[in-house]
Amino acid sequence: MTDGDLPGYLTVVHREGLVTLRALGSFVVVNLRLYVRDPIGAFFTLAFPVMLVLIFGAIFGNEPQDMFDGRGSMDISMPAYTALILGTVGLLGVAITTSGYREAGILRRFRMTPLRPLVYIAADVVANLIMTLAGMAGVVVVGWILFRVHFEGRAGSVLLAVILSATAMFAVGYLIAGLAPNARAAQVIGMVLLYPMLFLSGAGMPLEVMPDSVRSISEYLPLTYVVRLLRGLWFGEPWGSFVLETGVLVGVLVLCTAIAVRLFRWE
Amino acid sequence: MAEGEIFGLVGPNGAGKTTTIECVEGLRRPSSGRVKLLGMDPRAERRVVAERIGVQLQESALPPRLRVEEALALFGSFYQRSVNIDDLLNLMALSEKRDSAFAKLSGGQKQRLFIALALVNGPEMVFFDELTTGLDPQARRSMWDVVRSIRDGGRTVVLTTHYMEEAEQLCDRVMIVDRGRIVALDTPEALISSLNVEKRIVFRLPEGQGVGSLAGLPAVSKIEQGDEHVVIYGYGDHFAGSVVNALEDTGVSFTDLRTEQPNLEDVFLALTGREMRD
Repeated sequence: MTDGDLPGYLTVVHREGLVTLRALGSFVVVNLRLYVRDPIGAFFTLAFPVMLVLIFGAIFGNEPQDMFDGRGSMDISMPAYTALILGTVGLLGVAITTSGYREAGILRRFRMTPLRPLVYIAADVVANLIMTLAGMAGVVVVGWILFRVHFEGRAGSVLLAVILSATAMFAVGYLIAGLAPNARAAQVIGMVLLYPMLFLSGAGMPLEVMPDSVRSISEYLPLTYVVRLLRGLWFGEPWGSFVLETGVLVGVLVLCTAIAVRLFRWE
Repeated sequence: MAEGEIFGLVGPNGAGKTTTIECVEGLRRPSSGRVKLLGMDPRAERRVVAERIGVQLQESALPPRLRVEEALALFGSFYQRSVNIDDLLNLMALSEKRDSAFAKLSGGQKQRLFIALALVNGPEMVFFDELTTGLDPQARRSMWDVVRSIRDGGRTVVLTTHYMEEAEQLCDRVMIVDRGRIVALDTPEALISSLNVEKRIVFRLPEGQGVGSLAGLPAVSKIEQGDEHVVIYGYGDHFAGSVVNALEDTGVSFTDLRTEQPNLEDVFLALTGREMRD
């Protein structure tokens, strides 16, 4: 195959080196742009959590409370709202986008290119992770400016825990997309799973204010383990104290990924 | 399929054109038989094949907020080689729409974008599934020019269409399919002449004039003289020329002369016993 064979009206660019990495890079950038252009997705990831900080911060303030081991309501809301963001992105964002792309025939078009399926998924995961971290940064910056929230942990540990928790929730999202016949069904399944979980896991409001019956339900919700792990690491407890939480999240990640891979359909 | 030709899969809706082309592209597993494309199995060697072909699907979409230029750059990044995006935008008359979101494009603009995406890797073979469906006649003709220029650049074009006129005008060879079977495969001209259907010449005559002398011409098989029109039936390449020459020689003042040729629709009718459009 030489350039002499090519139509004269088109100039060809040859790429040296790693096409896969280049494809991944451009796809992540495009996904981020699409994310920011979508008003609903951008609202629930970036604006809504900050609104929660403003509203509940105004109501409860950040005075130290015995119930929270001497920490304020906003202090413990930082890891909790992070859990809320990654739960929303995974169970709603990932599930609806993936099934919607499939329903509209968008995945079908990507499938006709040399793009590896794994690169498509990786670009989606990385872009959603970046948006999750951006939403988390918004919450923390506003919380620090208005309420001087405390951070007592190690940034590296928290970042690692956020990545583990987020990928576990994204895997649940891909599983929903695999199960749902269309985007509408994916949205319903995602909401049915997410909204009770936001109230019962400690992500939306602290479990300390809940009756014991609710706390016993929370033991069965994966998001509860996200909240516990993030809150513990946020306030400087060691990873070693969260073997159960880490195990549950790794289990969710592995199990949901394995099933989602089997159920994944391009069309 | 030969290199550098426009090969048409032609038939009514539901004949199996899309199924066939999707098996060739590797999108669908054939229920029996084997497919070879560029010497490879398009399913087993999907990525190698995908590098070298371009595809426009009958049903597909892009993310609604993805812009034209972004789409071309993104898809270009998936391939080891890609063509210049400005060239593609110019070729498909999309330069002014480069910053428009996919969802805001008209049907014809979306179609042009999908054609541009099919060309983004400078493919050796291009597949177009119902390329001009939904386009107005003018846009359809400019699409034909694009397809011809792809062929003239040495590429092979495979297209499906249910417009017989499109197949006749555009394709170097056509395969007529009906209900999942191949009913004919040849150049449009050969298919039409193989029908051996009579051509017709229709014209008006001033009152009182006759055309009896034409009956002696070897190419003429039948003459019908009605109140308004004369219809002359005949065969062969020289039919029209010989009739017109004879009319002028005898000094008959004919008006409104037109010739009616059999077309691919007649071929389909003759081969299947059914009209193309049911």
